[in-house]
Amino acid sequence: MNIRNKLLLYLLLFFSAFLLFFPILYAFMISFMSSDEILHGKFFPAAFHLENYLKVFDRLPLLKYLLNSFIVSTSVMIGQLIVCSMAAYAFVFIQFKGRNFIFFLFISTMMIPWEATMIPNFITILKLDWFNTYQGLTFPFFAAAFGTFLLRQNFLTIPKELHEASQIAGLNTVQFFIKVVLPVSKTSLVTLGVYSFLSTWNQYLWPLLVTTNDSVRTVQIGLKQLQTQETATDWGVVMAGVIVVIIPTLLLLFLGQKQLQKGLTQGALK
Amino acid sequence: MKLALHDTPNLSLNPKTSLWKQTQKARVAFLYLLPSILLFSVFIFYPMFKTIYLSFFLTDQQGEAALFVGLDNYQDLLTSQSFHKSIKATLLFVLYTVPAGIIIALFLALMANEKLRGIGFFRVIYSSTMGISVAASSVVWLFLFHPSTGMFNRVLNLFGIAEIQWLLDPDWALFSVSVSTIWLNLGFSFLIILGGLQNIDEHLYESARIDGASYWYQLRRITIPMLSPTLFFIITISLINSFQTFGQIDILTKGGPSESTNLIVYSIYKDAFINYQFGTASAQAVVLFICVLLLTILQFKLGEKKVHYQ
Repeated sequence: MNIRNKLLLYLLLFFSAFLLFFPILYAFMISFMSSDEILHGKFFPAAFHLENYLKVFDRLPLLKYLLNSFIVSTSVMIGQLIVCSMAAYAFVFIQFKGRNFIFFLFISTMMIPWEATMIPNFITILKLDWFNTYQGLTFPFFAAAFGTFLLRQNFLTIPKELHEASQIAGLNTVQFFIKVVLPVSKTSLVTLGVYSFLSTWNQYLWPLLVTTNDSVRTVQIGLKQLQTQETATDWGVVMAGVIVVIIPTLLLLFLGQKQLQKGLTQGALK
Repeated sequence: MKLALHDTPNLSLNPKTSLWKQTQKARVAFLYLLPSILLFSVFIFYPMFKTIYLSFFLTDQQGEAALFVGLDNYQDLLTSQSFHKSIKATLLFVLYTVPAGIIIALFLALMANEKLRGIGFFRVIYSSTMGISVAASSVVWLFLFHPSTGMFNRVLNLFGIAEIQWLLDPDWALFSVSVSTIWLNLGFSFLIILGGLQNIDEHLYESARIDGASYWYQLRRITIPMLSPTLFFIITISLINSFQTFGQIDILTKGGPSESTNLIVYSIYKDAFINYQFGTASAQAVVLFICVLLLTILQFKLGEKKVHYQ
């Protein structure tokens, strides 16, 4: 590439990055502004006051919400890793009749939009007395066709010799699964972990349906509350809330971006 | 029977247990699959059938089927103005968001795939919206769209253009929601497409360069064909996702103004959880299911022919 093209490309890269990141940058700036500054349409705050952040923690049980979101996301992540890796193991390392049929059944669940089943699921949660509980927020998401598929694709790349060798060494299936398969698949387990954590943290509709009180409510519903609570919205406080809510996932994404990109495309395409 | 066999200590000596032995692998597999099968049955298969079942009934306050009405719920939908609007809005929304979203993501991924100093920074920025929740992004966009203090109208003011009621004008609301949705979904599409680009064999480009092929020629003849499985995947996912949109609508417009953004999932939500009309809501859910199913099948039928696998 010659210098001129390179310069042009950098220009485009910067311009796109600015456009794309602008809403977040703007929200960040606003979270430090007084209502007066916001009203006057400033872009840079006069000073980086933390007042709005103090206010948002005062106005909402935000710490409790953060903790709830953390508990729910971590539980779904761990649950999915266990349930999906077990299923993927069976599909790859155990020859049994009807394997293809059951695999097809698993994949077919991807075609059922989750929103099409939310009404009976909501009723199920009520009947189980799981309304306003962590179980209600997490259990329905432990099994995932996407996760099973992703891990299966990765398990398929494990050499058959490893399986044979471990049988000769006298490992039973459970030992082979835990001591050999899982450690060599660390990469895709991390991918699935990051992905399931992110998507659970960001869930909106289900927590909206099955929670009505502060004890288990997640941060996403907190944001909705924050925005609708007052008639004249205090945007500085709302944006402070937004920044607090997106920081954990942005950090996780920044750390795991490479991993996620590799893992997701592998699972999706091979 | 099975329990009794469990207690048989010496399996191999008993010829009657050969079936038990034959199925040993299937039983082990079943144990590994049990958690998934159980959860899928309770939270996906059962509710899917239950939804279809409920769509033929009028329901009581608890959501229990009360009165069989046959296809009445569907008939009501067919004649309902509001449902027509909802379908139209959903289709338009898909049309606004999917092609534009993928083209922008492809453009970003092509740039971010160049080997340049500091490219990692741009990759992180471009994928950043994947870490942002629909609630957070909608709240931010709600402010950007704000009639008086919002950024968009301020910019319009600068140029002396009349203000637009982004979310309050029925002619603009769906467009505004679409813009925020495209932005929100960019990160994921970008990440997937970039991954696809990086999977393309470098050698293909080297030989093309030796032959003196231009950038555009390489893009058309190597990149796009080799990327087609990835594009196919992301198009399918984006289509399905856009049919399932809910959060943006709930925060930005609540389905209004005059139902212009009442997308199908929001319509289901409103009927079921605000009006307690579980029957008609279920009928709509069945329509949603059929839409997604048809789309997936159509995609696979069309895609198979066009997609180029390595």
